[in-house]
Amino acid sequence: MLQAVTLSCRRGERRLFSDLNVKVEPGTLLAVVGENGSGKTSLLRIFSSLLPPEEGSILWDGEDIHQLKELYSEQLTYIGHLNGIKDDLTPIENVMSAMALAGEVCSRTAAQEALEAIGLKRLIHRLPSKVLSQGQKRRVALARLWVSTRPLWLLDEPFTSLDAASTGVVTQRLHAHLQRGGLAVIVTHQEVELPAERVQRLRLAG
Amino acid sequence: MIWSKYSAPQAFYPLAGRLIPWFSVVAVALIGVGLYMGFFVAPTDFQQGEAYRIIFVHVPAAWMSMFLYVVMAVWAGVGLGLNARLSFMMAQAIAPTGAMFTFLALLTGAMWGKPTWGAWWVWDARLTSELILLFQYAGVMLLRTSIDDLRRADRSSAVFSLVGVVNVPIIYFSVQWWNTLHQGASVSMSTGSKMAATMLTAMLLMTLAFWLYSVAVILSRVRCIIVERESLPVWEEQPTVVQKVAEVR
Amino acid sequence: MSRSSMWEAVGGIVRRDLLLAMRRRSDAAMSVFFLVIVVSLFPLGVGPEPAVLRTIGPGVLWVAALLACLLSLARVFTADYVDGTLEQMVLVPQPLAVLVVGKVFAHWVISGLPIVVLSPLLGLQFGLSGESLGVLVMSLLLGTPTLSMIGTIGAALVLGVRGSGLLVALLVLPLYVPVLIFGAGAVTSSMAGIGGEANLSLLGACLVLSLFLAPWATAVALRIALE
Repeated sequence: MLQAVTLSCRRGERRLFSDLNVKVEPGTLLAVVGENGSGKTSLLRIFSSLLPPEEGSILWDGEDIHQLKELYSEQLTYIGHLNGIKDDLTPIENVMSAMALAGEVCSRTAAQEALEAIGLKRLIHRLPSKVLSQGQKRRVALARLWVSTRPLWLLDEPFTSLDAASTGVVTQRLHAHLQRGGLAVIVTHQEVELPAERVQRLRLAG
Repeated sequence: MIWSKYSAPQAFYPLAGRLIPWFSVVAVALIGVGLYMGFFVAPTDFQQGEAYRIIFVHVPAAWMSMFLYVVMAVWAGVGLGLNARLSFMMAQAIAPTGAMFTFLALLTGAMWGKPTWGAWWVWDARLTSELILLFQYAGVMLLRTSIDDLRRADRSSAVFSLVGVVNVPIIYFSVQWWNTLHQGASVSMSTGSKMAATMLTAMLLMTLAFWLYSVAVILSRVRCIIVERESLPVWEEQPTVVQKVAEVR
Repeated sequence: MSRSSMWEAVGGIVRRDLLLAMRRRSDAAMSVFFLVIVVSLFPLGVGPEPAVLRTIGPGVLWVAALLACLLSLARVFTADYVDGTLEQMVLVPQPLAVLVVGKVFAHWVISGLPIVVLSPLLGLQFGLSGESLGVLVMSLLLGTPTLSMIGTIGAALVLGVRGSGLLVALLVLPLYVPVLIFGAGAVTSSMAGIGGEANLSLLGACLVLSLFLAPWATAVALRIALE
């Protein structure tokens, strides 16, 4: 279970939010919505432990994530606003090196299957990623979700520059993750087409 | 606890304001006494004549430059460790004064070197380390001004000042090593161990005076930083001023 | 996390960075090319007098190697910072300082090792004799990793800051002084017939010290930069 307790965040002079309390149960998804600059990404980065909150804390199964440190990193897959893929590596190499870095096992075939699952044909698996379109690069980044075994997914605008078909595929994958008892926090400005009982919406006022 | 009370910038602001006059007055008085002792009471050196008297400024300035760097690094470390805003403000306030003393030490060192060694600049271990120290002060201040985000500026310059603290002794040692390799033991700055008591007293007085001066200057700079950062009106004074204006009307 | 997966993660970083360098060989060639040009400028400026060149040789070679290392620093983290892989690296369930060591090692293999390999050739240009050439190589072999270690602290501090190229030089160069002194000193003393061992062991000490402290400082600086 992921929990935010009396969280407040300030970037520079601006206070983005304060006294924010939210709870994400296993099997559910928290969709963070709000206008540009309302602090959605900052909230996600606080959840990921990249950004320390000004006040308050994040609890994972009741323990502060800043005490858990690496034990918490073992629980999560974070795909940020930046794709985290290398232009000079092929999609397969990107998936494999990202997984190796995260300390998860990922064979070449598993990486290939993940890329195919998100709709990237075999033909482009061996091209350097710099020739791919924005949407294709985003899909390379999201392909990690098919090989990730982590219970907590933190996704920042996962559907940006994806076409309708890929959005559907990713949503299905999210659903499967939740059905297995996984948790997810996603920042989005789109409606997530998941069963209502699984989705909790958090609107940041800005 | 009194310390935790004053660790809040708002609480520290008036305290600093009350302390500044005391430190300033005593600093000025001690500088007067120290300089008088150094220039008129202390005996003339039989080897170097009157020129040596610059050390009453030079040595205390050099001591302060190093001392202040360490103090700055300690505040930086406390800031990083406890995430205390005031600590970062202190570190920020110390840097310019430290750099000033470093520069003063270099300047007086050159002034002393010309009549003594016959050259404005000698690659002596102490002078060279002092020069590098100046670069490090400059680095800390430049890093701070180049980063727009205040929190990151505080923390990054804190990391750099801590790295520098490890570096300074190594530099001093390495330059000394390098000196012995190149030119044999260089002329030492100290005028021998048998320093006259009056000379020592004058030097210690000057050091104390410089310390008091630093405290006064740093505290007033911290006050400016607090006002600037907390974007609050100047506490306490403000309402009374407004009232007076109202009365005049 | 077990120790084996820690080595896997470090190995993964090293492999990835070397693979990337193989895809862009020009990057690695650049610092070497820079070194050769800078070193070749000195005889043109000072004059071709062999005795003079031999005297300034160790210093010139070392200063040039130091500047070449400095210039390559911008590449350590910038690309990772821009494309988001640095974020991923910070969120890995391994101590960040250990990953930094892998990162620095790869960086050294790409930009430091070529300098070490090429240095005897450049030493010949300055009339260094056989034994001094050996000491030069040894000193660079011990010194350039230290330069990379110290330099990455600066590189991490200025990530994404405007004017970072110049700023990193101002921050890092003062920290390079001891390495320069010991490195050039080793070559000078071997030329003077004293033998460079003392300086070389001091260089070794610097390397060990930087290996213990620098990755930790870099890790802190990286977390600050990514907030």
